[in-house]
Amino acid sequence: MLTDAFSLAGPEIVLALGALTLLMVGAFVSRGGALFSLAAMLVLAAGAVIAAAGPMGRAFSGGLVADQISVFAKVVIYAASAVAIPLGDAWMKQRGTERFEFPVLVILAALGMGMMASAGDLISLYVGVELQSLALYILAAFQRDDAKSSEAGLKYFVLGALSSGLLLYGASLIYGFAGSTRFDVIAHVVQAHAGAGVLFGLVFLICGLAFKVSAAPFHMWTPDVYEGAPTPIVGFFAGAPKLAAMVLLARVLTEGFGGAIDQWRQVLVMIALASVAVGAFAGLAQRNLKRLWAYSSIANVGYALVGLAAGGPAGVQSMLMFMVLYTVDVTGFFACLAALNRDGRAMETMDDMAGLMRERPALALAMTAFSLSALGLPPFSGFFGKFYVFKAAIAVGGYMPAVAVAALVGSVVAAFYYLRLIKVMWLDPAPGSTDAPAGGARVVAYSAALFAMPVVLVALRVIDPLAQAAAVALSAR
Amino acid sequence: MMAGILSLTTFAPLIGVAAILLLRMTGKADDPRAVNASKWIALATTLATLALSIVVVWKFDAGQSGFQFVEDGAWFAGLHYRMGVDGISVLFVLLTAFLMPLCIMASWKTIEDRVFEYMIAFLVLETLVIGVFCALDLILFYLFFEGQLIPMFLIIGIWGGKNRVYAAFKFFLYTLLGSVLMLAAILAMIMIAHTSSIPELMAYRFAPQAQTWFWLAFFASFAVKMPMWPVHTWLPDAHVEAPTAGSVILAGILLKMGGYGFMRFSIPMFPDASHQFTPLIFALSVIAIVYTSLVAFRQTDIKKLIAYSSVAHMGFVTMGIFSGNLQGEQGALFQMLSHGVISGALFLCVGVVYDRMHTREIAFYGGLVNRMPWYAAVFMLFTMGNVGLPGTSGFVGEILTMTGTYHASTWTAVVAATGVILSAVYALTVYRRVIFGTITNPALATIGDLDQREVWIFAPLIIGTFVLGLQPNLVFHLTNASIDHLVAAYAAAAGK
Repeated sequence: MLTDAFSLAGPEIVLALGALTLLMVGAFVSRGGALFSLAAMLVLAAGAVIAAAGPMGRAFSGGLVADQISVFAKVVIYAASAVAIPLGDAWMKQRGTERFEFPVLVILAALGMGMMASAGDLISLYVGVELQSLALYILAAFQRDDAKSSEAGLKYFVLGALSSGLLLYGASLIYGFAGSTRFDVIAHVVQAHAGAGVLFGLVFLICGLAFKVSAAPFHMWTPDVYEGAPTPIVGFFAGAPKLAAMVLLARVLTEGFGGAIDQWRQVLVMIALASVAVGAFAGLAQRNLKRLWAYSSIANVGYALVGLAAGGPAGVQSMLMFMVLYTVDVTGFFACLAALNRDGRAMETMDDMAGLMRERPALALAMTAFSLSALGLPPFSGFFGKFYVFKAAIAVGGYMPAVAVAALVGSVVAAFYYLRLIKVMWLDPAPGSTDAPAGGARVVAYSAALFAMPVVLVALRVIDPLAQAAAVALSAR
Repeated sequence: MMAGILSLTTFAPLIGVAAILLLRMTGKADDPRAVNASKWIALATTLATLALSIVVVWKFDAGQSGFQFVEDGAWFAGLHYRMGVDGISVLFVLLTAFLMPLCIMASWKTIEDRVFEYMIAFLVLETLVIGVFCALDLILFYLFFEGQLIPMFLIIGIWGGKNRVYAAFKFFLYTLLGSVLMLAAILAMIMIAHTSSIPELMAYRFAPQAQTWFWLAFFASFAVKMPMWPVHTWLPDAHVEAPTAGSVILAGILLKMGGYGFMRFSIPMFPDASHQFTPLIFALSVIAIVYTSLVAFRQTDIKKLIAYSSVAHMGFVTMGIFSGNLQGEQGALFQMLSHGVISGALFLCVGVVYDRMHTREIAFYGGLVNRMPWYAAVFMLFTMGNVGLPGTSGFVGEILTMTGTYHASTWTAVVAATGVILSAVYALTVYRRVIFGTITNPALATIGDLDQREVWIFAPLIIGTFVLGLQPNLVFHLTNASIDHLVAAYAAAAGK
């Protein structure tokens, strides 16, 4: 019995042991290096393989769940984390700030995210969220000599602590009124009678998680943290952790509160539309690309939430598809940004990108692809994410089709800033030449761009059934 | 035996794109030999595509009303990669493939900056446009339909005139807003009918209330694309700023997607709503015809004048489509093909003098006939075609759409007929001011007549105008079965 439990927790165990071993090795050799990072990536890869090949079920009194959706999420999360390691290494090497703790922290964050995807009760939910968050706070402040990076870390920490407080308060309310921390027990209580106390707790829980996915009105930290944190780490922030938090949210809402869908749908719709609006309108005023992409990610999380608000297998599947495609996009975009320097200084503003099409045509093309994809223009991958989300929303009926149309119109507003970036890159004259980009970042950027178009057209045939199976598995209980 | 020919025709231009990319990556960007080679590659690719599209038309069985050369492969989430053409779409494929080589030739000397990118943008655009006319799956259609915003945005934005950025943004955002509403409707249709196949949806009857919403959403997209009054304001800007070849494609083909969309989606899929909204369409069409003709008369820029004239001519098309009878539909389709040739040719005519003088102000010119007799003759021919002189293709479309509309709504036809007179007024006026008289502007004293390349560009267009004008049956022969079917189904739906 216990061996079963441990085999279910296989990925977590591998990651935890791997991280601790690397930490110890690092303490003795005192600096990282290619080999060290490679080992970290191997740990993540091993975690993904074990997750994919491992058994399904529940362990530790229902606290840990291994099912299709957790496997799906873990494979994507571990892969995205593994990609972040060489990106960050190359970037820090350029600035002479590389440290062996970086890969270790990424593994710990991935471990936390994996736990979020597997959480079966409120305790493991909180543990996963905190493990992930603490690792990310440190990563945000990783350039510790840089005031902006420290500021980003501190801001992230203070506001993150607040959101954890909300989360915990909500969890305690739910526990108090439902009498259990387990989602499946909560589900019975909600099914019988969704009282005000439980719902009150749920709203706090949603708010806490909305903070983690940077949905409006809990998005305030996002632009500042994105601007200050090291670029490749922002690429990591914007993808995997949000996927993990969305999966967690999907599990809480579907597994624990499936009976109260009419109540939480309203909350999600409000948050989603606010995010789309904030992302679209506030993004118009941004000149710094990292801030711009922060707003872009706020808007995109809004779309994912529209999908989740649709509920049911189709809604969860649409959210999963959207977040996976978006994770690839955003990783690629920040890989481009990480690759670009002019006279040793990072190129981060709109003006820096002027004339990039002449200077670095391949990177400019990749960034064009990511912009169009984030805008959701076919045939780029982002369109297919929106396709799933809006299909799910429209299928539900009621007021959801109107929500879908409103969100679609929001994407037209956002189109303006994506187009402005493309215009700047393609049309404006370059102010000077750029430094030779780092090889690793380029590989990631080009692979992600090729995925955004045209590989996605084929890849969807593989991802679609997997996401569907994951969503069905979650909703079946 | 012809399986796959539509995919081949659609994606053939991408082979040219790959070749140019290879050339770009191996050579230097400013090597004149490589630049020249990229032009030849683009021309060869478009000519090969033209050959393929001729094969498609040649092998097309005019007796059938259904879709032919159908390809079908499962994709994801219940969607299919489904291609096919019927009598309505097959000629648009030919029109696209016909105009593209001319566009490449028209850009041969005028585009000196970023030739590689320019050629790639045009080839990608060709793939997407042909794809729009061949796609038989709603989502596939949407991919092609929306995808062409990107190359067109770049064509206007990079190689356009002074105000190009503004025009490119306006073009993109206008069209996008219309299209997202269509996307919402497409998704809802897929949910209700449980299929994304266009042929199956054409046979599906949606509830009247749903039809109304879907019709409005599709209307938002196609009316902008067409463009219909009052959402036509992006067109003059886009035309004025676009390079000559961009204008040719815009007027010649992209506008036709709106009309094609009405014929492919609105009429067969939402017949009740189409019936219900016919008065609205007639009113907007008539306003477009009369009002934009008057606006065209007051223009000082030749390109802007032709742009407004396009809006007026598209008014005849929408009127014909929603007349719901055989003459109207045939006329609308014919008018679109004819306008594709004639307006394309007119923009090329403007391009000829613009390349020489770098201005499109009507007042700048005058007396060109003295220096450019051949040019004057060519311009005269296409002006007459635009006015609708019998013998040119413009006549057939206008007379048929008006006959069709007369059956449906007498008053609409009567008011629209004034548009024919107005078009003669503005077109002949501008012709007189540009071509006739004596040369007063000293800058024009040394202007040269058409060179050999330009003769090669205009020759096929002249032939096209006359062939369509004198032998319209060539077109009707191909379109008859499909349009008969369309009209019969529409009448049956409306008469229930």
